[in-house]
Amino acid sequence: MTHSGPAAYSPLVIDHVKNPRNIGEMDRPDGVGRVGNPVCGDVMELYIRVKDRIITDASFKTFGCGAAIATSSMVTEMVKGKTVDEALEISNKAVAEALGGLPPVKMHCSVLAEEALKKAVENYYERRGEKPPFGTAVKEHHH
Amino acid sequence: MKLVYLDNAATTPVDPRVKGAMLPYLEDHFGNPSSVHSAGQAVRHAVEEARGSVAALIGGRADEIYFTSGGTEADNWALKGTAWAKSDKGNHIITTSVEHHAVIEACHYLSKHGFEITLLPVDRYGMVDPEDVSKAVTPKTILISVMHANNEIGTIQPVAEIGKIARERGVLFHVDAVQTAGHLPVNVNSLNADMLSVSGHKLYGPKGTGALYIRKGTRIDSLLSGGSQERGKRPGTENVPGIVGFGKAADIARTEMAAETERLYLLRDRLSSELLDRIPDSQLNGHPAVRLPNNVNISFSYVEGESLVLNLDFEGICASTGSACSSSSLEPSHVLLACGKIAEEAHGSLRFSLGKFTRDSDIDAVIEALPRIVKKLRAMSPLAPRAAAR
Repeated sequence: MTHSGPAAYSPLVIDHVKNPRNIGEMDRPDGVGRVGNPVCGDVMELYIRVKDRIITDASFKTFGCGAAIATSSMVTEMVKGKTVDEALEISNKAVAEALGGLPPVKMHCSVLAEEALKKAVENYYERRGEKPPFGTAVKEHHH
Repeated sequence: MKLVYLDNAATTPVDPRVKGAMLPYLEDHFGNPSSVHSAGQAVRHAVEEARGSVAALIGGRADEIYFTSGGTEADNWALKGTAWAKSDKGNHIITTSVEHHAVIEACHYLSKHGFEITLLPVDRYGMVDPEDVSKAVTPKTILISVMHANNEIGTIQPVAEIGKIARERGVLFHVDAVQTAGHLPVNVNSLNADMLSVSGHKLYGPKGTGALYIRKGTRIDSLLSGGSQERGKRPGTENVPGIVGFGKAADIARTEMAAETERLYLLRDRLSSELLDRIPDSQLNGHPAVRLPNNVNISFSYVEGESLVLNLDFEGICASTGSACSSSSLEPSHVLLACGKIAEEAHGSLRFSLGKFTRDSDIDAVIEALPRIVKKLRAMSPLAPRAAAR
C-alpha cells in the first residue's frame, strides 16, 4: 500500500516499526496463523508456543506497511502470558488502542493482527486434535 | 540529523532567491492588482512580469498564460473547460492510463456527465504509442491529454508526435508538463500543445501557484465564476507573492536548466546502478533511457513500500512510494499496474526524485542505508525465500 507518512502514526507505532519485537519464524511452534494477501500489500504470519494452555512465546513475520508491522509486533507482546482462550478475547481495537491509535485507513491492519492470532490459536487446537471454542474457522480478511 | 531530501517530484524546496523576490510582496507591496491606484498598479506590473517569465519558460506568449492555484487546477481546467466548451462538437476525450490523478479524476468526473473517456494503455516502460492515439481518435473526439513525463516512473512520452496527430485530426491537445517545465526544455510550439499545465512548487517556487497555457483562439470555459481577473477566464484576486515567486523560479530554471540537467543525469545514474547492483531482486521501473533526469523508481521484491519509506525516514532520508498524492489510498500505484507489474511488485516500489540541492553525499547516504533496510525488512517478510532474507 502507499504510505501515509510518519506524521500519521503515533510515537508508539513508529517505535514498533523502528524496533519490532519478536521477529522471526519460530522453531517447532505449537500454533501458526497466516492471513492477508500480497495483492492487498499485507501478509502476516504469527507463531505461538503454548505450555499448559498458556502462551509462553509468540513471534511474527510480516510483509506490509508500518501499521502492519506495528500491529503484528504489538499483538505478539500482548499475547504472551495469556491462556489460549484469553488470547481469543484480544480484539483488533485493543491492539490499535495499545499502539496509541491507528489512522482510520490503517485500521484493517489491526484486524489482520487479530485474525492472525485467532488462526494461530485455531491451529493450536487442530494440532492437538481438539475443537476450538469458537466454532467455525476464522474467515480470512480481505480488503 | 542531516536531512537527505529525495522527494523533489512531490515538491521542491523554495529557492532562496525566489523567497527574496516574494518578500516585498508579503510586506510593502500589498496592493490588489485590480485596483487603479498606484499601490495596485505597482503590483499589477510585477504580476505581468511574472507572466512573461512563465511564458518564456515554455515558449508561449505572455497573454496565453493564465495563473492558477497549481497543476491540479490547471489540469482540471484544461479537461473540464474544454469538455464544456466543446460539448456541441463531441463528447470523446483521449488520455492515458498513467496520467496524474488530477487528469484521471477529472476524466472520471466527466464520464459521469456523459463524456466518453478512452484511457490508452502503455508498454512495460510506461510509454504511450502514438499509433494508439491515432487509432483512438473518432469524429466525436474533442481533446487528447497526455503528460510530458510521468511523475512516478519518470518516463518521457512522445508528446510532440502525439501533438502532431492531434493537430492533423483537428483535435485539441493538452500536455501536463508539471514534472518537466523547468527541468527539461518545454516548448508549446514544438510540442504542438494547445494547452499546457505548469506548477510552481515543482520548480523551486512556492506551493499554491501554477499556470495553464492556453493557445490564442482556443475555446475553453472557466471553472470559476466571479471577477474579470486573468482576462475574465480565471476570476479571483491574484496570489501576488506566489505569482512573483513562480515567475522568479521560472527565470532561474530557464537560465540554469542545461547545466543542472547534466549534473542530475550523473547523480541519477549512479544512484540507480548502485542500488540495482547492491540489492538483489530489484528492478528499475520506467524507461531505462527516456526518463526524467531526476527520477529513480525501483521495485524491491518481498518488501512493502511504506515500510521502506519509514525506515529511510528514520535515517533522515525522504523518499516516496509511488505518488505522494495517493498517500491515503491502499491501492498499489495505477502507473505500475498499467506497466504490467503485479500488485505485489507495485507495493514494493520506491521513488527517489533528485533536485538542485541534491549532492553526492546524499546519494552516498542512500547507497549505504537502503541495502541494509531492504535486508532487515526481507528478514521479517513471510514472502521472502530464505536465501533472499539472509
